[in-house]
Amino acid sequence: MTDQLLQIEDLKVHFPVRVMGGFFGTSRPLKAVDGVSVGLKSGETLGVVGESGCGKTTLGRAILRLAPYTSGAVSWIGEDFAAADKKKIQSIRRDLQIVFQDPLASLDPRMTAGDIIAEPVRNFEPGLSKSIIVERVRETMELVGLSPAMINRYPHEFSGGQCQRIGIARAIILAPKLIVCDEPVSALDVSIRAQIVNLLSSLQKRLGLAMLFISHDLSVVGHISQRVAVMYLGKIMEIGTRDHIFRSPRHPYTQALLSAVPVPDPDVERAKKRIILLGDPPSPLDPPSGCVFRTRCAKATDLCAKRAPSNESVAAGHQVACHHWKE
Amino acid sequence: MLLEPIPETVLDVRNLNVRFSTPDGDVHAVSDVSFSLGKGECLGIVGESGSGKSQTFLAALGLLAENGLTSGQVILDGSDMLAISEEKLTAIRGNKISMVFQDPMTSLTPHMRIGRQLTEVLTQHLNVSEAEARDRALTMLKRVHMPEPEKRFSMYPHELSGGMRQRVMIAMALLCSPEVVIADEPTTALDVTVQAQILDLIRDIKESARKSIVLITHDLGVVAGLADRVAVMYAGRIVEEGRTQDIFYRPTHPYTRGLLACMPRLNDDGAQPLTTIPGQPPDLQKLPPGCVFRARCANAFERCISENPKLTPAAHGGRKACFLASEAVNP
Repeated sequence: MTDQLLQIEDLKVHFPVRVMGGFFGTSRPLKAVDGVSVGLKSGETLGVVGESGCGKTTLGRAILRLAPYTSGAVSWIGEDFAAADKKKIQSIRRDLQIVFQDPLASLDPRMTAGDIIAEPVRNFEPGLSKSIIVERVRETMELVGLSPAMINRYPHEFSGGQCQRIGIARAIILAPKLIVCDEPVSALDVSIRAQIVNLLSSLQKRLGLAMLFISHDLSVVGHISQRVAVMYLGKIMEIGTRDHIFRSPRHPYTQALLSAVPVPDPDVERAKKRIILLGDPPSPLDPPSGCVFRTRCAKATDLCAKRAPSNESVAAGHQVACHHWKE
Repeated sequence: MLLEPIPETVLDVRNLNVRFSTPDGDVHAVSDVSFSLGKGECLGIVGESGSGKSQTFLAALGLLAENGLTSGQVILDGSDMLAISEEKLTAIRGNKISMVFQDPMTSLTPHMRIGRQLTEVLTQHLNVSEAEARDRALTMLKRVHMPEPEKRFSMYPHELSGGMRQRVMIAMALLCSPEVVIADEPTTALDVTVQAQILDLIRDIKESARKSIVLITHDLGVVAGLADRVAVMYAGRIVEEGRTQDIFYRPTHPYTRGLLACMPRLNDDGAQPLTTIPGQPPDLQKLPPGCVFRARCANAFERCISENPKLTPAAHGGRKACFLASEAVNP
């Protein structure tokens, strides 16, 4: 397919971790991402949801090659990213940008807003004259709803929402094809969050961006994404369109996750049947055998302990990794 | 219409003001806040960061930072917590009123075993023997559904998960059976499935132990399921207060309406952009005269600039701080 931007096949990112025990301790792999396959088309938004430690951030970083991957393949518009040399990676990176969670911490406090936004241009298009760069920075600032008059201010002079606008301006100034948004609104207050969510979706439509939107917040993901992947302990449990995931979830984990989100509607909230999962997610250092979700799953059987479920197709574009999804 | 019986008031806050003096001038964190908490009631306090929701209760418990100045009254069990001696206050805290904080990792002592931290509360406040304290602490850990309580007893905080640490905090807050429990963002640091467990526990404590609970949160979803009444705070003031159903289904203050409208819903199909509240909250150091919300309010008129609206009875039976008749408010 020509409009396929990104294709990830069986991606694994394992970090060696020293654990106590033995004479010197031993090294064990922490399986942050463990066999993820997913694709992204141009102009599409894929939401990735999951709880802390599920590997959603590592997945985003691995796509940008900010985390080394252990095995698997990532291809970018048909080219194998893993085999690419440094020069090739540089040119691919131009098309791949990231927006981080903490808006203030991800901006250099000693650089002005203008310098921060201009940095990618200076990196990738050296030799441009200063006046052209300033012009592009001003245009981009207007695009993200920042007044160009604030170009010489420092990050601490901006509010959290404005800092996130600077981070977004920096990510889009090179007109990339894909931006990875890692929890871009989690540090923001409710009334500011809606402004940034709207900004991201309007930019996506105007610039034809593809977006990987990583968040623990299901309602935000549901609002912004066309497709949604649900991750748990390094694996994708279920993937489908927004309607598949939110209206007819098949995986017991997706169902529990959706029922656990508190809804701002007293009658609905008091009447709804909650699926309360027991305990906490297991450590990714020591994941359960078979299906990784089985220790908290009400449907788990012996089969789940013996064999990891493979991806089964529920409908076109809707896949679930569960032995018992039909029940 | 049936009149609801008015529950006995257990906590009464009157005209509370909190000011922090800083080298750059005073920060007005809480301005003229008054409310009461009935016996067995759950009051939700909703607001964004800097709205004064936490400082209100830190002030009430005498836990403000050193540069904090308080005025007003906080009546608990007949005495004004802001006027009594530090000694008396220490006796009340934990015994009659206790607090559960947001981040259980930083509010537990990292180098002390869980068991010791719990029994210390009892031996300090109630003068019971070590053996009895241990029994009671273990019973309380079971009460908060801690898995394998005996084993956890001799563990350190870092060995527990976030959810378990929050269970320890809740157990600690309940140990001396206080009348009032203040839960400040008790689930904000937790994952959504663990949040559901802790909210379930708070619901259970409210219903079976008949505690009076103040639930401070930025998440409207959390109060929707738990609170009997809700107070919405903005820039250090209560802007609207009423029964939970009224606040969610018949909000009168433009800020409450805006806040409800800008929450994405789970059944949202993403076709429409989210409603937003333009701008950002005011600087608490340079509060403009008039209504604190007027700069972001689509309905503001001359009076809002010159005069600060007081909390007055609203159509839904609660209170609101807005000059507009409720019907005139555009969402």
